[in-house]
Amino acid sequence: MAEQVFWEDVTEGMELPSLVKNPTTRQLVQYAGASGDYYEIHYDKDYAIGNGLPGPILHGALKNAFLGQLMTDFAGARGVLRRLSCQYRGMDVPGQTITGRGTVTRKYQENGQHLVDCEIWLENPEGQKTTPGSATVALPLRGDAD
Amino acid sequence: MAGPEISFLTEDMRQQAIGVESPPLTTEVEKGAIIKFAEAIADDNPLWNDEASARQSSYGGLVAPPTFLRSMRVARAELPFAVPFDRVLDGGSDWEYFEPVRPGDRITAVDRIEDMQERTGRMGLMVITTTRLTYRNQFDEVVATQTSTIIRY
Repeated sequence: MAEQVFWEDVTEGMELPSLVKNPTTRQLVQYAGASGDYYEIHYDKDYAIGNGLPGPILHGALKNAFLGQLMTDFAGARGVLRRLSCQYRGMDVPGQTITGRGTVTRKYQENGQHLVDCEIWLENPEGQKTTPGSATVALPLRGDAD
Repeated sequence: MAGPEISFLTEDMRQQAIGVESPPLTTEVEKGAIIKFAEAIADDNPLWNDEASARQSSYGGLVAPPTFLRSMRVARAELPFAVPFDRVLDGGSDWEYFEPVRPGDRITAVDRIEDMQERTGRMGLMVITTTRLTYRNQFDEVVATQTSTIIRY
């Protein structure tokens, strides 16, 4: 894992480290099993095409999980994810790289916590934001004990 | 609302729907299920993959990744009336996190209808339902809430 980020080191407008994911049909089957979402449009090509789709598409929930990883990777082991929000605007298909990105929109203190709000999104290889969202993490201070 | 669109949702129906709750369902969180979920989303964070490493963290052991709660057994809050739309879109989710989820936790999920709105968009008349799933652990602490937007059209 990357080094721990501290609240003091974050600035508004700063970019988050990006997250590159390469989902495959195999991963969609794996996710179906792990989550219990067995809707066939995520792994059965004929079924997906029969429903007017180009082929199997990613679970929205899997994309939600990618955005979760974007934030927990950024927050580090000592940071805590407080809020995670996303909207499903466009389809994503297996076999295409999907990149998670984000920027810090606000840095503030509330109820003794040191918080950072971020605008986040997943984008496809054409650079379209298929899954925009936002998130809040609480970060440690440099002086805090481990 | 003035206009030529035929309205479906009345204020009475909204009030009937808001507050409807699902029966609670409980799932015991297994360590193996957390690791399997982390593998399925290809997230190699040691906090949800490696007990020995997670023990060195402030959590003192393995915890679940943020969207793991999607694998909990859930009954959805059902609308108290039929809706004349065939198509359903998942608009998105908004999670709030309060407590970590650990192996051995018994998580009880209850879904509640928070709001219903009618709108006319590109796809014609649509009904937007906002539901909130509340996940509590065996100590009756709310560990997380998940607010979802379901669009029927």
